[in-house]
Amino acid sequence: MATTTARPAAIEDGGGASVDLTGDDRRALLRYMLLMRATEERALTLYRQGKVPGSFYDGRGQEAVSVGAAFTLGPRDRTCILHRDLGAHLIRGVKPGRVLAQMMGRAGGVTAGKDGNMHFADHQLGCVGMVSMLPDMALVTCGLAIAFQMRREPRVAMTWFGEGSTANGQWHEAMNVAGIRKLPVVFILENNQFAYSTPNDHEFAVDPVKRAEVYGFPGVKVDGNDVEAVFFAAAQAVERARSGGGPTLIEAETMRMHGHGAHDDMSYVPKEMVEHWTARDPIDNYERKLREEGFDTDEIRESVKGELDAETEWALAQPMPEPHTALEGVFATEDPVLGDGNAPWSRWQREAANA
Amino acid sequence: MPEITYLQAISDGLREEMRHDESVFCLGEDIGAFGGAFKVTDGFIEEFGADRVWDTPLAENAIIGTAVGAAAEGLRPVCEMQFADFISCGFDQLVNVAAKMHYRQGLAVPMTVRLPSGGGFSGGPFHSQNPEAWFLQSPGLKVVAPSTPEDAKGLLSAAIRDPNPVVYLEHKHLYRRAKGEVAEGRFEIPLGEARVAREGTDLSVITYGAMVQLALDATEDLDGASVEVLDLRSLVPLDTGAILESVRKTSKVVVLHEATRSCGVGAEVSALIAQEAFEDLDGPVVRVTAPDTPVPFSPPLERAVLPQPDDVRRACLELLAY
Repeated sequence: MATTTARPAAIEDGGGASVDLTGDDRRALLRYMLLMRATEERALTLYRQGKVPGSFYDGRGQEAVSVGAAFTLGPRDRTCILHRDLGAHLIRGVKPGRVLAQMMGRAGGVTAGKDGNMHFADHQLGCVGMVSMLPDMALVTCGLAIAFQMRREPRVAMTWFGEGSTANGQWHEAMNVAGIRKLPVVFILENNQFAYSTPNDHEFAVDPVKRAEVYGFPGVKVDGNDVEAVFFAAAQAVERARSGGGPTLIEAETMRMHGHGAHDDMSYVPKEMVEHWTARDPIDNYERKLREEGFDTDEIRESVKGELDAETEWALAQPMPEPHTALEGVFATEDPVLGDGNAPWSRWQREAANA
Repeated sequence: MPEITYLQAISDGLREEMRHDESVFCLGEDIGAFGGAFKVTDGFIEEFGADRVWDTPLAENAIIGTAVGAAAEGLRPVCEMQFADFISCGFDQLVNVAAKMHYRQGLAVPMTVRLPSGGGFSGGPFHSQNPEAWFLQSPGLKVVAPSTPEDAKGLLSAAIRDPNPVVYLEHKHLYRRAKGEVAEGRFEIPLGEARVAREGTDLSVITYGAMVQLALDATEDLDGASVEVLDLRSLVPLDTGAILESVRKTSKVVVLHEATRSCGVGAEVSALIAQEAFEDLDGPVVRVTAPDTPVPFSPPLERAVLPQPDDVRRACLELLAY
């Protein structure tokens, strides 16, 4: 069984270590994608059972983007994650049960009912949670990177945004600031073909990845449904950022396979387009590939199912928040800072072992 | 103690904090080599270097938004809007990202946004505003508006040390006109504590910022009346105890501010008094404010809009005679 991929030829990071994926890493990539999909499918079931208030938003079809990119990060790196990118939260260490509790507005959810659906982040795992205004977090991510830069720390900030965000002025402000200061930031542009119902040709005249060059840094386009392609592109960008080379804009081309929210039947999406992208499902294709290489993917599926059943049981046992807590926490009384996230990529285990 | 200007006090307060704590840094347009449009950061880049005195591009959301990220990572950014008016261009990051962060996620955002505010110098509709009421409707932000050099320095230190986003309104009219003795070194004036600028028994003028001195001057000799002037200093948190105490003492209240009238700080203070101290009143609560218009450019028009000493005198005399 291969322990490294052949594609691309090993990337050298700033410290001369090669960037590769072991068999366990590849199993983990598949497992996180499966866990993301299973968690969102379970959440959709809970939504249909009336247990999820408001609407429901997911990232079906886009699992390779968050999983492939977030897998590259070290524990001290930081993220601002978008609502189609549950995989990144799972990689950083958020348990699926807390996500389900979050969606149900339970006290055990990540925001304890203060915010809904995918509007969360566990700051103890190094993540600053998104707001609905997009792409506001691109600027916040630049701010995280400014802190690293000022303190001369070899750390990286990563954020995700949809192609719809590239039409907003704050996107320009973020790209411009990142370029001027050569910030250690990786921008993952998730082109899922639609901003709600608005298709690419109504969103921009020029593919936004091409704009990176005029901001003074590279733009790279990858197949967003190929988890390893996303991983290698992100790994290269992360190492570049970490070694002082500045930002990278990665456009991951993918497809939002559900509506904008559960209330959206996607009637505006041509049938052929759905068929085209269904055949390119990131999980099916990666699972098939690993199976052909001799991996036991059934075992991975079973372990995901077992984990999710237990997590769902935990989430459903969580109480609703006490009404009086609605008045709490408007102001901070102390300075809790961001904690470190999980970093499951074997590279970080090796570094920890060598430290 | 040395006597310094309000501007110098802000500058000193910021410099002291930056000397004391490496995590404090400032960012804004033209604050580095140029020293800021009003020279608050004059000499800072030489002392602290370009890393901690960041000349940003002209992008207010970038100033506020990157400050949020830096604050989340443990720094204490102090943002300068070149004029308070331009906060509208960074409003989204302030009210949606910074203000709601702790409520939603339990993550502190210790940052200060300095807003050179106010009119009186023909700045016109885009360089003269007093936008404080915008922030009173945005839970999660603290709002301060110092009126004296000592408060300017002490409230700035407290704002920088506070674990929340603090909007710090510094009135441009006071920059070089307000002078006073200010202690050297670092000190804090707690957020949320009003100050009795002058004790009185017949009527209270409740105000803040540049209007405090105007109130003191206008009511200095008011046919022998004893007028109390209460300087709110903080608008969020609001020192409701000090307001009600003053009302109970004098039973007559004029609320004065330079900002526009409707739904302003004066409306909030008046409503508080109506609800909590109705039976202590011996006359209607009177507001003296700018009318609900933009701040016009031409001097006679601007004077017609901004509260003048005679407006305050007239309102007080009428209320005293009630």
